Amino acid sequence: MSNTIVKQPEPLIFELSRSGRAATAQYPPAATAEIPAQFRRRSRPALPEVSELQAVRHYTRLSQMNFSIDTQFYPLGSCTMKYNPKACNSLAMLPEFLGRHPLSPASTGQGFMACMFELQEMLKAVTGMAGVSLTPMAGAQGEFTGVAMIRAYHRARGDLARNEIIVPDAAHGTNPATATMCGMKIREIATLPDGDVDLAALDAVLSSATAGIMLTNPCTLGVFERRIVEVERRVHAAGGLLYYDGANLNAILGKVLPGVMGFDVIHMNLHKTFSTPHGGGGPGSGAVGVGKRLLPYLPVPIVGRDGERYRWLDERDLPESIGRLSGFMGNAGVLLRAYVYMRILGADGMERVAEFSTLNANYLMTRLREAGFDAAYPGRRASHEFIITLRRQAHELGVNTMDFAKRLLDYGYHAPTTYFPLLVPECLLIEPTETETREELDGFVDAMTAIRHEAETDAAMVKSAPHTLPVRRLDDVRAAKQLDVAWKPAGA
Amino acid sequence: MSKIPGDLRYTKSHEWLRTLPDGSIEIGISDHAQAALGDLVFVEVPEAGRTLSAGDACAVVESVKAASDVYSPVGGEVIAGNDQLATKPELINADPYGQGWILRMRPTGDRGGAELLDATAYAAEVAAAG
Repeated sequence: MSNTIVKQPEPLIFELSRSGRAATAQYPPAATAEIPAQFRRRSRPALPEVSELQAVRHYTRLSQMNFSIDTQFYPLGSCTMKYNPKACNSLAMLPEFLGRHPLSPASTGQGFMACMFELQEMLKAVTGMAGVSLTPMAGAQGEFTGVAMIRAYHRARGDLARNEIIVPDAAHGTNPATATMCGMKIREIATLPDGDVDLAALDAVLSSATAGIMLTNPCTLGVFERRIVEVERRVHAAGGLLYYDGANLNAILGKVLPGVMGFDVIHMNLHKTFSTPHGGGGPGSGAVGVGKRLLPYLPVPIVGRDGERYRWLDERDLPESIGRLSGFMGNAGVLLRAYVYMRILGADGMERVAEFSTLNANYLMTRLREAGFDAAYPGRRASHEFIITLRRQAHELGVNTMDFAKRLLDYGYHAPTTYFPLLVPECLLIEPTETETREELDGFVDAMTAIRHEAETDAAMVKSAPHTLPVRRLDDVRAAKQLDVAWKPAGA
Repeated sequence: MSKIPGDLRYTKSHEWLRTLPDGSIEIGISDHAQAALGDLVFVEVPEAGRTLSAGDACAVVESVKAASDVYSPVGGEVIAGNDQLATKPELINADPYGQGWILRMRPTGDRGGAELLDATAYAAEVAAAG
């Protein structure tokens, strides 16, 4: 059933260690002789001692225990786990890029800077914004940057009482966290039963204290905000600005421009939509785009062009900039992958990303509904992702969403996002992305149907899944209460 | 079906209130709320002496699924938070209306305009939410 090769838990590499074993391929260059004796360590480092073959097998086995986009369908909603073309990685690793020192003068880095300048321009075009800064190191820092610029804008105008950020309850949890980090108070507003923002609730919280609103569109419920024009008009009329959370940019890439919707600032997870493997904790990129109002506050450095030459724009060029967010300009490797990805796809390809991610989501939602599963928003067309609720199955069969999710692993599928968004009980948030084939989507529907049949005939088996993976059902409550994340040698 | 004792009052956001003989108020989350959250792994309770307005976030309950704020349905001064919850968050799962109480407060009369429901109305609210 599963194509997992490894059946046994793999020991830690430290547990494989035996004194005196070594992997010659991992020896450092023989430079130690040049280090004066007083600077050499006398004790042995606490590193594992294994043979080269042991090291190869250990890490190969670990890689086989993983679910990954290179091995399995990975429809993790709100995460956009799509295929990252290998060309993006190999071209970003050209020796001319790898060998460039970040402190080298601009005159010797013109090629890299040309790529970054073009990336800035392409991101402006695909979002409809007036300016872009590539410097935020991750999505969370991009969000922070966005709200920090909103704050700087109001301060520069002497509008000091604006300290409230409006966040719909369908927002990503990072939005209220970001606003709080920027010293703002959160005003949460409700979402209507069809998934749109409640305009009456919005009117009720708009005031002279409104600094702005943070929106994801399409939102976390997997539907496009149809009243975005009314939202934009009301927030701007109240003196607030609009922040676009780029988490779901994949759904509208090149088709609908956040700048045209009236957003003043957007952050883009380049590691997500633009071809860097993610979900592993980084490195990432949270590039920001801004409309005209926020141009003076963009973080530096930015790549500028004087005639044929590229140069770093800094505080002298943007005296009102909110400043620097990292030592240099973001994560160069992630930015280069995004550049190559956009050059490979071109403007037309950007739109095809949106079209096929939306088509795949709607195909999969329709097929699951035909198979008897309940869509959370049956009256709405899906964007790039959609929600089904297993509330009926949980009531009738006693098999809940987490049981379905765990059983999917036995079928060789990474589970969709479970129990998020919080507004929908027993939900699965499913995002197939544009890079899956119809056969793969059909296979997922077959697995869900088969699991439901198993739940009807042998609920205990589904409730104790997974059965074929190296690690079986975990006690997630105990794991959270008794954290055990650090290895200590026996007797230490 | 979740338990909804008849002698308590409830909020739409699933807190319950009990008026104690000395006029102070005890607050916790309903059986429906604990079941929806699942096994709790962390609870943050307010410290004695803190002044709360009606509608203020006064505690945090966290399960493996989600973290949620608990809102104070009325205003008042906190007399005590349930310190046992720091090491035994599962008390809320096992006994939401008893040992799983979250805080006690001396009310100031600030009702904040929020609607308090009796058991029948709260049961209807829970049934409607499914």
